[in-house]
Amino acid sequence: MVSQAANRKVALVDQRTVRLSAAKPGDVGVIVEVRAESHPGDHGVGVDELQRRLLEFGFVEGARIEVLHEGAIWRDPIAVRLDDMRIGLRRRDAEDVWILLDAK
Amino acid sequence: MNDLSMRTARIALVGNPNSGKTALFNALTGSRQKVANYAGVTVERKEGQIATPSGRTLSVIDLPGTYSLRARSPDEVVTRDAVLGKLSGEQPPDILVCVADATNLRLVLRLILELKAVGRPMVLALNMYDIAQRQGLRIDLQGLARDIGCPIVTTVATRKRGIDDLVSQAEDLITNGALSAENTWREPDAGQIRDAHRRAQQILKANVRAPERPDTFTGKVDGILLHPVAGLLILLTLLFVMFQAVFTWSKAAGDALGDGFTALGAFVAAHMPGGILTSFLTDGVISGVGSVLVFLPQILVLFFFIILLEDFGYMARAAFLMDRIMGGAGLHGRAFIPLLSSFACAIPGIMSTRVIDNKRDRLTTIMVAPLMTCSARIPVYTLIISAFIPNRSVAGVLSLPGLVMFGLYASGILSALGVSFIMRRLLWRGAVEPFLMELPAYKLPDPLNVVRSLYLRGKIFITRAGTIIFPMMILVWFLSSFPGAPAGASDPAINYSLAGRIGHLLQPVFAPIGFNWQMTVALIPGFAAREVAVATLGTVYAIGNTDAAPGALATTLQHHWSIATGLAFLAWYVFAPQCASTIGVVKRETNSWLWPAIMLVYMTTLAYFAALIVYQVARVFGLG
Repeated sequence: MVSQAANRKVALVDQRTVRLSAAKPGDVGVIVEVRAESHPGDHGVGVDELQRRLLEFGFVEGARIEVLHEGAIWRDPIAVRLDDMRIGLRRRDAEDVWILLDAK
Repeated sequence: MNDLSMRTARIALVGNPNSGKTALFNALTGSRQKVANYAGVTVERKEGQIATPSGRTLSVIDLPGTYSLRARSPDEVVTRDAVLGKLSGEQPPDILVCVADATNLRLVLRLILELKAVGRPMVLALNMYDIAQRQGLRIDLQGLARDIGCPIVTTVATRKRGIDDLVSQAEDLITNGALSAENTWREPDAGQIRDAHRRAQQILKANVRAPERPDTFTGKVDGILLHPVAGLLILLTLLFVMFQAVFTWSKAAGDALGDGFTALGAFVAAHMPGGILTSFLTDGVISGVGSVLVFLPQILVLFFFIILLEDFGYMARAAFLMDRIMGGAGLHGRAFIPLLSSFACAIPGIMSTRVIDNKRDRLTTIMVAPLMTCSARIPVYTLIISAFIPNRSVAGVLSLPGLVMFGLYASGILSALGVSFIMRRLLWRGAVEPFLMELPAYKLPDPLNVVRSLYLRGKIFITRAGTIIFPMMILVWFLSSFPGAPAGASDPAINYSLAGRIGHLLQPVFAPIGFNWQMTVALIPGFAAREVAVATLGTVYAIGNTDAAPGALATTLQHHWSIATGLAFLAWYVFAPQCASTIGVVKRETNSWLWPAIMLVYMTTLAYFAALIVYQVARVFGLG
C-alpha cells in the first residue's frame, strides 16, 4: 500500500523522477520509491510479491542506481548497477521502481 | 537433549548464489562427497565429511544458494526448510556456515539477519577475501563480528585458505556447546525487508570502507559482452565453437566407446551358448546401455563449456542476451542453458532445468527440450540424407545435404519456440514470472573446480543411465525379442517378435505418411534410442553389420523407399518422441506420469502430421 503522502511526494518531485522502466543506459540516480501497483496480474506473481522480490534484490529507497546496458530487442531487458552489484531485469518488472536522476 | 560431543555434528552451508559456496564446500570436504536428491523433490543434495585435526567427524551439507529465506523456487524451499530444521527426512543442522562474497556484502547481510533470527549457532565465512584485499576493500572484522553477533573467518576457497580456521571455529562452537536460541524467523513483509536493509546498511557503513581499487574489469568486459549487437554476435560465435567442439573433440572417444561396446557384445556372444540369456546380455544390456553411454563424451565436452562459462560468470549474461528472444516464445531467459544442453542430449538438458525457479517456466522448458536436435538424431539424419539427398551444391557455395541438415536443426528450434508459445497460451494464461538476475563479477574459473563439477555431471548421467534408462532398454529388448522366430523362419527374427507384430499392426496407420512395415517395425526398438533405428533397419533389410558397411544400407533404402518416404521419415524424426529414456527422465523430474504422457501425445501428433504433409507434398511434386 502506498500512502497518500508518499504519492504526493512523488508527484511533487520534478521531471527528474522517472520510472526505472523508462530509464536509458547512462542514467544515474537514487531510488526514491519502490511501489506495488502497476499492472497487477501482469507479472506472474502479485504486485506485492514483485515488490518484495525487488526489495530483496536491493532495489530499496536510497540505493544508488545506474543503468548500464539494454537488450537488442525492444531495448529490453536492462542491466543496472545497484550499489556494488549488477542486476539484469525486464523493463515491465521495473515499472514501480522510481528513481531521481542526478542533476546533469 | 542430544550430546553434540558424542555424535557427528551437522553443518549446513548457506549463502547467496555466486558466493563461492560450492567451491568452499569442495575445499572443506575434498573428494568425500555424496550427491543425491532430497526426499520427494528433485533438488540436488550434496553432502560431505570433514575429519577435524582433533579426530571429530563433521558432516557438511551444501544448501542451494538463496537471497532470502522467503523461498521462491523448489531449491530455495529446501534451503529454508533445512535451515529451519523442518525438512522431512533431514536432521536439523547444528551449525550454520553462512558463505559471503567479501566483495559483495550488502545483500548477504540481510540474509545473515534472517539467519540470525532462526537462532542456530552460526559462523560467517567471508569468501574471496583475496579479491577484496586486492581491491583495497577494508573490512573491520572485529566490528562486523560484534555487530552481527557471530564469529567471522576469512577464506579463499579456491586456494584452500582459511579452511582450517573455519573448521576450528565450527568445532569451537560445538565443543563450547553453543545452543540454539528460539527461532523468531517469520516471513518478512515489504516494510520488514526495508528495515533489514536499513540495518544492513548501518552495519556496512560502520565496518566496511569502499574499495580503493574497485573492480573495473567486469564493467569493461560487460561493455563488450552485453553490447546489443556485438554481445549477440559473440554469443552466437561461442555457440558455434561449442558445437564444433562437442562433435569433433568427442568423436574419437564416442567412437571408441561405441566400438568397445560392440566388441564386448561380440565377445559375449562368441563365448556364451546362444539363447535367451546371451541375447539379453548382448542385445539388451550391452547394446542398450552402450547406445546411451556413447553420448557420454559429447555430454562431458558440452558440460565442460557450460561449467567454464558458468564459473566465469558468462551464463547470466547469456540468459540476459537471450531473454527477449526466448521471452517472445514464452520461455524464461534461464531456459537457454537447458535447451543448449539438449543439443547434445535431452536428458542432461531436462535435468538442468532445475535452475529455473518457476514451476510453469520449468515445465515448458522440459516439454520442448526434446525438440532440440540431440546427437542421437544425427546417425538417422546422416543415413537418410546420404540415401536421398543428392550431393549437389546450391548457389555455388552451399552443399544441398548441409542445407537439409541445417533445415532439420532449424525446424527443431522453431518448433520448440512454437510449442512453448502455444503452451503458454493454452495452459497458462498468466504472465511470465519476473526476471531478476544478478550479473556476477567475472572470475577466472578454477581448474580443479571445473574438473570436479565435470566429474559430478558425468557421474550423475551414468547413474541415470543405470536407474532410468536401463529398465527402458530391457523393455524394448523384450518387445523386440519375444516371441522368438519359429524354426526354419526365413525373415529376420524381429519380424516375429511383439515389436514386429505391433509394427505390422500399426502399418495401416503409417501408410498415409509413406512408411512401409519395415519402417514401423524399426520404430519400436528405435524407442530405446533414436539411432538404434538405423541398426534395426539394417536388421529388417538383412544388411548385417551396418557399422561395417554404412553405404550398403543407404543403397538398399534407395531401392526400397521413394524419396517422399525418405523425406517423411526425416520429418518424423524431427518431432517423434523416439526416446524412452527422455520419457523416463521427464517422469522423474516432474514427479508424475501426466507430463511424460502429454509429451508423448503432442510429439507423436506433431511428427505424424509433419510426415504426412511432407509425404503428400512430395508426392504431388512427383517424388512418390
